[in-house]
Amino acid sequence: MSVAIPETLEEALQVAAADPEVQVLAGGTDLMVEVNFGYRRPASVCALHRIAELHAQRQDDGEVVIGAMTTYHDMERGVIAAALPGLAQAGRTVGSPQIRNAGTVGGNLATASPAGDTLPVLMALDSTVVVASVAGRREVPISDFLVGPKRNALGPGELIVEVRVPHLRGPQEFLKVGARNAMVIAVCSLALVVDLERRRVACALGSVGPTVLRAFEAEERAAQEIDWQTGRLGDPAFAPEFGRLVAAAARPIDDHRSTAGYRRHAIGVLAERALRRSA
Amino acid sequence: MTGTGSISDIEPRLGYSLRVNGRDHEVDGAWVGDSLLRVLRDRLGLSGSKNACEQGECGSCSVRLDGRLVCSCLVLAATAVGREITTIEGIAPEDGLTDVQDAMVTEGAVQCGFCTPGLVMAIHDLLDRNPAPTALETREAISGNLCRCTGYGRIFAAVDSTVASRRDAAS
Repeated sequence: MSVAIPETLEEALQVAAADPEVQVLAGGTDLMVEVNFGYRRPASVCALHRIAELHAQRQDDGEVVIGAMTTYHDMERGVIAAALPGLAQAGRTVGSPQIRNAGTVGGNLATASPAGDTLPVLMALDSTVVVASVAGRREVPISDFLVGPKRNALGPGELIVEVRVPHLRGPQEFLKVGARNAMVIAVCSLALVVDLERRRVACALGSVGPTVLRAFEAEERAAQEIDWQTGRLGDPAFAPEFGRLVAAAARPIDDHRSTAGYRRHAIGVLAERALRRSA
Repeated sequence: MTGTGSISDIEPRLGYSLRVNGRDHEVDGAWVGDSLLRVLRDRLGLSGSKNACEQGECGSCSVRLDGRLVCSCLVLAATAVGREITTIEGIAPEDGLTDVQDAMVTEGAVQCGFCTPGLVMAIHDLLDRNPAPTALETREAISGNLCRCTGYGRIFAAVDSTVASRRDAAS
């Protein structure tokens, strides 16, 4: 029993293959809370911070490839800020500078919280999660990767390597409601992506369902309402209707952070606001 | 595993070395799950980093890890091997204060004092990156550090006076 700090992905995959129960540690912002409070007592840990390839971000043939150990801090600048403004916005809303320096996109995916701040953006962009084990790599669409509240599609011995995100032309928004602007876990959150090339709108919702949801009917209606010559709504009066359609797609619950009724109301407000800013 | 031992018998104990404030410190018999904060305070006697929330909410345990401001309660101590750790004890000259600490005293930004070490770390981190922050940038930079005494006004004043005195010194 030990703490493994591999230098390469290959070594990390060997560790995960030899000990499928090993606790993988990315930024620590979720795991360490559970350890500190005694909810989890890992017998062995595999920390990924020394693996250089997991920290990289690059543009590659119409995609942005984001290494699993990319932090929220990293998302606010560089290639992500330039190519994926919605993800940069989401990263900036996470926690505090201390949390953004530690927490990672791979950790956000692995934790698979319905409130994970990057997840609505990655979902609205139809991202692909690349996972690996000693047996090889496989690519999992994010809608298949997030299988339920705090449940993901990782198999035994598998690690998240990177997430591949299409680089689209058009506005992107991420909006989030919480008790204050910093240090909040989302009461609800929303990502809106307008794809000017394919003439599509995508809208994904956080914290209003067991996992991140897409508002497909609202998306299709919005795509019909946008004048694609200008990228603007033909009739701005559609925006409140968009809010109602998105609210209808939510499946919120009452919990310690909010009521279902407030969440449904607020997600509609966010949807209307995001569409007004984007189209 | 016999099933008769206590948790400490059946859980691994680790020995490792941490580099804190430019010095190597041996850590013996730590639990695999110990946070950096716990090791700093309980094993290395560095109690300047404060322990309050243990979930990254309050910022009172802020340290620098390889130059990045983090909550030491969210760092698994055993994974900080080989990394450069700077705590509040490591930032001031011998028997002196940093300019930020001095401004905190002068501006009356310290009441109970519990949040002060974390805030000093966060303010140094801000001013190293951004020597002339706007009011909003300062608020964002210390948004992860809770102070329940001051209402923050005197803390912002300490940031402003540090910025002004550094600017005066440079001109």
